[in-house]
Amino acid sequence: MAAGLRSPERGTPFARRYLTSPGLRYVVRRILLSIPVVLGVVVVTFLLLRLIPGDPARTLLGLHAPSAAVAALRHQLGLDEPIWRQFWAYFYRLAHGNLGTSIYYQAPVASVIAPGLPLTGSLVLVATFFAIVITVPLASFAAMRQDRAGDHAVRLFSLMGLGMPSFWFGIILIVLFSVDLHWFPVGGYGTSFWAHLHSLLLPGLCAAIGIVPVLIRSLRVGMLEVLGADYVATARAKGLRPSRVTFVHVARNALIPTVTLLGINIAYLIGGTVVIERVFALNGLGSAMLTAIDNRDFPVVQGVTLVYALGVIVVILITDLVTARLDPRIRLR
Amino acid sequence: MTPPVGLLGPEHEVGRRPSVRSRALHSPTLMAGATLTATIVALALLAPVIGRYSPVSQDLLHPLAGPSGAHWLGTDEIGRDIWSRLLYAGRTDLQVGVLAVLFPFSFGVFIGTVCGYFGGRIDTIVMRIVDVVLAFPFYVLIIALVFVVGVGTHGIYIAFGLTDWVIYARTTRSGTMVARGLDWVAAAEGGGLSRTRVLWRHILPNTITQAIVYSMSDIVLVILAVVTLGYLGLGIQPPAPDWGSMISDGQNFIQTNQWLAAIPGMAVVLTGVGLSLLGDGLADILRPE
Repeated sequence: MAAGLRSPERGTPFARRYLTSPGLRYVVRRILLSIPVVLGVVVVTFLLLRLIPGDPARTLLGLHAPSAAVAALRHQLGLDEPIWRQFWAYFYRLAHGNLGTSIYYQAPVASVIAPGLPLTGSLVLVATFFAIVITVPLASFAAMRQDRAGDHAVRLFSLMGLGMPSFWFGIILIVLFSVDLHWFPVGGYGTSFWAHLHSLLLPGLCAAIGIVPVLIRSLRVGMLEVLGADYVATARAKGLRPSRVTFVHVARNALIPTVTLLGINIAYLIGGTVVIERVFALNGLGSAMLTAIDNRDFPVVQGVTLVYALGVIVVILITDLVTARLDPRIRLR
Repeated sequence: MTPPVGLLGPEHEVGRRPSVRSRALHSPTLMAGATLTATIVALALLAPVIGRYSPVSQDLLHPLAGPSGAHWLGTDEIGRDIWSRLLYAGRTDLQVGVLAVLFPFSFGVFIGTVCGYFGGRIDTIVMRIVDVVLAFPFYVLIIALVFVVGVGTHGIYIAFGLTDWVIYARTTRSGTMVARGLDWVAAAEGGGLSRTRVLWRHILPNTITQAIVYSMSDIVLVILAVVTLGYLGLGIQPPAPDWGSMISDGQNFIQTNQWLAAIPGMAVVLTGVGLSLLGDGLADILRPE
């Protein structure tokens, strides 16, 4: 895509002239490739309003709302305009950083959801950390002991995790560690940094469990492939220490699929935090969304959905760039 | 640590491969998955026979009773029989889970086959749509859609119909693209068979197995989503029983009556284990050599 841009004066491709390193060229191309996805996400959130059956303004306000209020909301949502103009207005205000106005609070949507962002961001970070520290040892363990008891135990664990509702797991964690043992707060977020971290440990573990089984299953297969690869056989045949083979040859090459997998599943993990925030009474983005649903506050639901999707696009972009950093075959393609 | 797995790589089987049927009977994974799933489905279907009580009939004189001969798993806060509710909830959740997957499966496989075989502009457009749908966190999009189109089973079917086909489309597309380059497809085309015939009679039977295997995990995913929506009050609406709303009701009593929330959760986990084993077993026996 970047190669298509030409600098006017010499006719040399823009990318080759200014982006001299292939790595940088990959970064720019990858960023440009996410632009259509961002546009698509904007279109989908725009179409959400049109999916409301009947007259959206009437549906949102309820049957008994005065018709003046319905007309005012219809105007506020821009429903009295032709659809292409509605889309242009939506796109125009988003481009100016305006997510719309909350029906319930009569305040900018951004000001309603912004307070929850740091909490949800931290929760996703904690959950990602847990996902990695649970997955990597268990998957390696299972792969090293393929078809033996340890492998079967890990597989059974991941099978049970696959069908486990994360909110139910959260309730069990609360009963065990908060109600019975008093190790963690039952809910809430605390006021200091350490209190924040302390109160995010159980929810983070809970959100991680949602993707850990899938990660373990895929990483186990990935490790088995690496273990069977010729270069591992060569390394062993050369007489390298087993620990060196494990860490330098196997782990390094198994790291790449791990990061890729994490990128693919991070969207699922982020989505899972919505219900987990409800279970642990955390006032993040997910709670803002669920509260907005209770208030039938469409612009907030729309804004939160958009923010979540943009967050996922950025995270996937980052994981792709990290993978490219780890694996020259990707960035030099 | 000692180098564990054989240096020569995976062993190669010699001789003719046993038939699918005999492989199925010799796969413990598949048999365990099929047995567990069949048991759960049978229990759910037999709910009116073995449930003994209506799932909604209340007995306000005996709330929060422990297990007894009259109520095998006890009663909830308004005296409803938990065993009956569990069975009827399973019936609803399994039914919604399976039905919600039917349309995404058929549409996804169809569009993936067409895109993978013909390529071109339609393929580009469809794959960009797939990218956009996958950019949304699954639960966020499902919750937003159910809110927009209306809560309950109706909303669940629409939400999954709009989003869930993308994985099937992507998997089937890549399978079809691989198959298109194989010799026997070239032979079928060269032999003068029409493209439609090659596509639906020769390629599809080979690519659809992957979609069938995935559909087992997908049903688990959908049941989890239905249960989650039920927990949030956006799914199957009361008084109809649903595992999610049972957990949500039971959560109010976690200090005193923990089984109220624990039991329906275990039912979800067991269903997930059964269907996942079934999917793994199918993957083992259907995997092409």
